[in-house]
Amino acid sequence: MSLKIDQDHGRFRQIVRGRIRQNLRKYISQGELIGRKGKDLVSIPIPQIDIPRFRFGDKQRGGVGQGDGNPGDPLGGSEDKQPGQGQAGSDASDHILEVDVTLDELAAILGEELELPDIQDKGKSKISNAHDRYSGIRRVGPESLRHFKRTYREALKRMIASGSFQPSRPIVVPVPDDKRYRSWKTITEPVVNAVIIYMMDVSGSMGDEQKEIVRIESFWLDAWLTKQYKGLESRFIIHDAIAREVDRDTFFHTRESGGTMISSAYKLCSQIIDADYPADEWNIYPFHFSDGDNWSMDDTLACVELMKNHLLPKVNMFAYGQVESPYGSGQFIKDLKEHFSRDERVVVSEIRDKDAIVGSIKDFLGKGK
Amino acid sequence: MSKFALNTALPRYLRVEQERIEKFAKAFGLDFFPVIFEMLTYDQMNEIAAYGGFPSRYAHWRFGMEYEQLSKSYEYGLSKIYEMVINNNPSYAYLLEGNSLTDQKLVMAHVFGHVDFFKNNFCFRATDLDTRGAIIDPVKKLSGYDPDRRWIDQMANHGARISRHIERWGINKVEAFVDQCLSLENLIDPWQPFTGRQAPRDEEKEDDKPIEVPKLAAKEYMDSYINPEEYLEAQRKKMEQKRPEKKKPEQPERDVLKFLLDHAPLERWERDVLEVIRTEAYYFVPQKQTKIMNEGWASYWHSKMMTEKVLSASEIIDYADNNAGVMATSSGRFNPYKVGVELYRYIEDRWNKGRFGREWEECNDLDAKRSWDMRLGLGRKKIFQVRALYNDVTFIDEFLTPEFVLDQKMYTFGFSGRNDRYEIESREFREVKEKLLFQLTNFGDPYIRVIDANYGNRGELLLEHQHAGLDLRGDYAKETLGALVRAWKRPVAVATKVDNKPVLLRYDGKEHTMTPYKL
Repeated sequence: MSLKIDQDHGRFRQIVRGRIRQNLRKYISQGELIGRKGKDLVSIPIPQIDIPRFRFGDKQRGGVGQGDGNPGDPLGGSEDKQPGQGQAGSDASDHILEVDVTLDELAAILGEELELPDIQDKGKSKISNAHDRYSGIRRVGPESLRHFKRTYREALKRMIASGSFQPSRPIVVPVPDDKRYRSWKTITEPVVNAVIIYMMDVSGSMGDEQKEIVRIESFWLDAWLTKQYKGLESRFIIHDAIAREVDRDTFFHTRESGGTMISSAYKLCSQIIDADYPADEWNIYPFHFSDGDNWSMDDTLACVELMKNHLLPKVNMFAYGQVESPYGSGQFIKDLKEHFSRDERVVVSEIRDKDAIVGSIKDFLGKGK
Repeated sequence: MSKFALNTALPRYLRVEQERIEKFAKAFGLDFFPVIFEMLTYDQMNEIAAYGGFPSRYAHWRFGMEYEQLSKSYEYGLSKIYEMVINNNPSYAYLLEGNSLTDQKLVMAHVFGHVDFFKNNFCFRATDLDTRGAIIDPVKKLSGYDPDRRWIDQMANHGARISRHIERWGINKVEAFVDQCLSLENLIDPWQPFTGRQAPRDEEKEDDKPIEVPKLAAKEYMDSYINPEEYLEAQRKKMEQKRPEKKKPEQPERDVLKFLLDHAPLERWERDVLEVIRTEAYYFVPQKQTKIMNEGWASYWHSKMMTEKVLSASEIIDYADNNAGVMATSSGRFNPYKVGVELYRYIEDRWNKGRFGREWEECNDLDAKRSWDMRLGLGRKKIFQVRALYNDVTFIDEFLTPEFVLDQKMYTFGFSGRNDRYEIESREFREVKEKLLFQLTNFGDPYIRVIDANYGNRGELLLEHQHAGLDLRGDYAKETLGALVRAWKRPVAVATKVDNKPVLLRYDGKEHTMTPYKL
């Protein structure tokens, strides 16, 4: 049933959406959304849309209550910012309004706000999902598919045309020629498949703050790519001197130490692609985050080699995000720039702090690949 | 929402209950408008509640916001609206589908209490559509009192007016203006309906009359020689300067919305919107003025009727459970239902036992006071009188006593900056009463008046905040000034105090300034 309020409610949602857009940068850099993620919904706190009036400042006021306690005791339920709610004339309180937004909507807002282009499919969607639909009629077929109504119609047509139909005694008898059968067509739909392979450096030099940045950034990349591709898969690789594949939770919470051999991750990534994601059927997005402090120049060269020969031919885009850490030298990004400065498939971005996440998302997704 | 498309009529078994309860209520002496009960599903209930009780109002997003909050808190099981009743003649009350029979009975009994209050409390006379602006004696009991309070229609008309403007000017434009008006919604004079002094409008007209320069008598063909045009012009200028500069407004005006309606350079549709907002603001004033009394009165009667007449023995536990929820003062909250009902009972008890008057006041013997009982039995009569003649402020001022405060464990609380939390401050009678009265006075809003419409002879609007100890909230004040500038089209300033220093907050449409100010 539609209610009259729906209109006002819709209007309110629209205003809220505007608010979210205005504050998107804040939400992104604070990462507060991720903790509030439900199955498909994200609760977004927005400051209550309050109508400003001439009012008294809040902290001076206080009020009257009822109950036990001595002067100086905190009010029962001191969590409440404004107790005495319901007191005459004050409906004021510092409520934070939480609004549920679907991830899809959120990604749409992200796209609008950052002016992200839609991703252009590069004809890789060859996988097709074939299924049959009964949409036609033919003259031959199994009896089980006989179309009664059409058959009857044909028979009636024939009998009227030949003059054998008697309206007073309307009996219609079909002959084999009248029979019509349902027929199917096989429809093939291209299915767009994409996989994100996240790789993260978990060596000693990556601190909690760096990981938090990666976590926030990957949330948004996930949201955007999920919107672009149905059936997005994610794989996670962590590495220090050796690489291994882990699940999402481990990916974000592991703390390791030790050296860094980036090539180990790239090698594993390449193996995963070869094993599970044939390049002509999948849109592949490897994202690698590190503080850019690779073990040796030799290993860096090995990485370049791996990328050139194994990764780049298969992927849509190779993204490297370098998180600044107090320990890392940050050399790796320079090496990548040196080797791939003219290669469009390689996107690098430096993420200095949380505020830079927005810019880096734009770097990564701004090309629409 | 089309009333006719929905089946909101009460089922038969509830109609029977309604008649039964109505009879009890009348027998107790309650005097109410006809009450029409309707049965709503929870989302209809949320919708109507979001609209402040009215099925049809103007379109605005804040109703949508209300709706979202109500339906969320219902869905999460945090709260549920039991009862809603509109001050209308006849009164409409809504019951929630799916409530237990005991609950429905409770709500009905409660509603009759409210409607009796709507009809008899003097504050609500201000919502009589047929006598507005001309209320002389609000206390006088009229026989066969049957005022026009068709507010449901009135609000629906407001809705139609505003939607016409929206059609013509676009939702964004009208909505933005409604937002601005709502910022000023509380700048009205709650006692205006009772002052009876509508400024006579003719006076103003006299001001605007062109100045007539006395002429020397002359034949028509000689006139231009005897009274030369240049001379007349010079005289006119002279007189104009001499004419005493009339201050506008002559008296400080608390009804800022009225002042804007009369004097601000608004377009026609803007004036219309502002008028709607103002009319509706006045409609809700009596309910804000009598929150404690009204809820207390309805609770008093539901509990009286339920326990003495309506309930069967098997329902008493359900009733008690529910009633306890309504009366709860959890985590130190002030509950108007609770304080209201207790205060009525306290008054009834005092007047039953004759604990009033000079003799009682002057008695210093605590022991005698404790066992004071003159068996007067005047309690019931007294509370009926109180419900007609008081509002929350006078109710508390007159009947809140030290014993009551002690008995009800009332206290004041305030924000402790040191501990960053709200703390109990005091249990002293004087402080509790003072704080409560302060909150109730002007609904806890600051007093703001227009004092000069031509401030600094620049056509600027000057308001004055009558500072009574609390500062205005700064960011809100700025936004509100913005709304005022939008209506007044010239800079607007408000004289107030910040940290005990008199200052002038001024906004000229571009920049906010705060300068020291001397009245």
